[in-house]
Amino acid sequence: MFSNISRLLAKRASKFVLSCRFNSTLTLIETTGPNVTPASLSTLTAAVKVGNPITALLLGPESEVAGKQIAAVEGVDKILISKSDKYAHLLPEEVSPLVASILKSSDYTNFFVPASTAGKGILPRVGALLDVQPLSEITKVVSPDTFVRPTYAGNAILTVKCKDKVKLASVRSSAFDPIERKSEKIADIKEISYVESGNKTQYVSEQLIKSERPELDSAKIVVSGGRGLKDKEHFDQLLYPLADKLHAALGASRAAVDADFCDNSLQVGQTGKVVAPNLYLAVGISGAIQHLAGMKDSKVIVAINKDEEAPIFKIADVGMVGDLFKIVPELTEKL
Amino acid sequence: MSSKIRILVPIKKVIDAALKPRINKTHNGVESAGVKFSINPFDDIAIEEAAKIKKAHKGLVESIHAVTIGSGKARDVLRTALAKGADTSVLVDTGKRHLEPLAVSKILQKIQKEQKSNLIIMGKQAIDDDAGQTGQMLAGLLGWSQATNASRVKINDDLTVEVDQEIDGGIRTVKAPLPMVITTDLRLNTPKFVPLPKMMKAKRKPLEVIKAEDLGINIKDRLETVSLQEPSVRKAGVKVGSVDELIAKMKELKAI
Repeated sequence: MFSNISRLLAKRASKFVLSCRFNSTLTLIETTGPNVTPASLSTLTAAVKVGNPITALLLGPESEVAGKQIAAVEGVDKILISKSDKYAHLLPEEVSPLVASILKSSDYTNFFVPASTAGKGILPRVGALLDVQPLSEITKVVSPDTFVRPTYAGNAILTVKCKDKVKLASVRSSAFDPIERKSEKIADIKEISYVESGNKTQYVSEQLIKSERPELDSAKIVVSGGRGLKDKEHFDQLLYPLADKLHAALGASRAAVDADFCDNSLQVGQTGKVVAPNLYLAVGISGAIQHLAGMKDSKVIVAINKDEEAPIFKIADVGMVGDLFKIVPELTEKL
Repeated sequence: MSSKIRILVPIKKVIDAALKPRINKTHNGVESAGVKFSINPFDDIAIEEAAKIKKAHKGLVESIHAVTIGSGKARDVLRTALAKGADTSVLVDTGKRHLEPLAVSKILQKIQKEQKSNLIIMGKQAIDDDAGQTGQMLAGLLGWSQATNASRVKINDDLTVEVDQEIDGGIRTVKAPLPMVITTDLRLNTPKFVPLPKMMKAKRKPLEVIKAEDLGINIKDRLETVSLQEPSVRKAGVKVGSVDELIAKMKELKAI
């Protein structure tokens, strides 16, 4: 009788394994040239938490080289690539029909993208093509159909359950560490063909800000400046040496960006980048709710501001009230 | 395609950007009683851009139609849009319900069809649900080109549109023929304040009200709110009096 039960259990177990094999998570992996972006590695961490095997989708001429980088990553079961030039710039009009056709033809339960500009452009369009309501910028995977995401500039934390057949979500990279764990198994790379899209949008050009510094969204330390720096000259003179000393990325408040102290792409906040480094050093930033939305999950927040009533001090672990034009050079020198 | 541009500007009424919302006692939404509401800042930029385009291309832009989906109280944001340059407007009344982006895009698709709009300009995200989806979904439903996070829009004489988009590492430029959907970023323009006489004049402009359920669209929610919580509160920090103390404290916290 005992052997009967164990046989029954074994049979059930094999059935369970079988059904699991069909449940899998499709993950869009973004690349810069032949390299996988840090945000995509964070997206894989979120995908692992769903618990099903992962199919990674890489697009563009260098997708095969990039694909090899994640072939041995934990949870990655299969890699799909398309080397078509049409996917080179991840235009949502081109990518969405391809993704929709993959999701329609297989039993994927989840589709994740990084919450990058590319991912945020593609995900909702895929949702429309499949008649599915996506979730933006999830920060936690509770179960395969339930996720946590911030709303109201991070002032309300929403736990939400998806009732659609395929769960679509973009993943906030600051909430998940980039995946590091390797598995023994090397995933197969399979080439898929271009899907006709009817796209009429043309890519014209791109002006990227070149920087030797770490990327804002993956840096361990961020030095950020606000209106208190007065002008571009002071922003450059005071913050660059400090950031260099700390091997930090540079960030800015909206006020600093609007006043042309630095480029838009450095903006931290609800409408800019969301970061969660080990150290966030806010210099001359008052701490409006839109800014806090982009950095309040940092491990340690340090604020330097002359106004002791500034809201930034309510969330700073270490605060120093005083003249930043004196404090910052001294700090840079003593570090 | 007709050689005229008909612009549609969807706008949303949201809790004012300067306010910190409070979560209600049942933890399924935020308090709305006695709270100041305003036009979503990105939508304000969208209506401003539509008006700018109409002014710059006299004769080419036939009309600007503003639409909002929400309670009857959302009339005031339509009035603002009319005062800023919209010619006509419609309120799609959903009573107390807040619709998800998919349902909103389906309604907007219907409005586009009725209006024969060929250029839709809308905010990149609403500052309440922070979804950032509706523009892309609408473009997907219509099969149109999409240009999100626009910081510059240029309409060419051949009715192609060039858009600078703010992307992660800088700026990207795309070009597409009409019809298309553009979503606005903060840097596209600075919305002007509306003077009282313009607000008064706007009262005479058309504002139609229709019921969402009369549109024959399935607007059932696909998502179920499990809970809505306050974010965890950070412990109060310390203030230091010197740079040496500052460095010591950062070391103690293993920040450097």
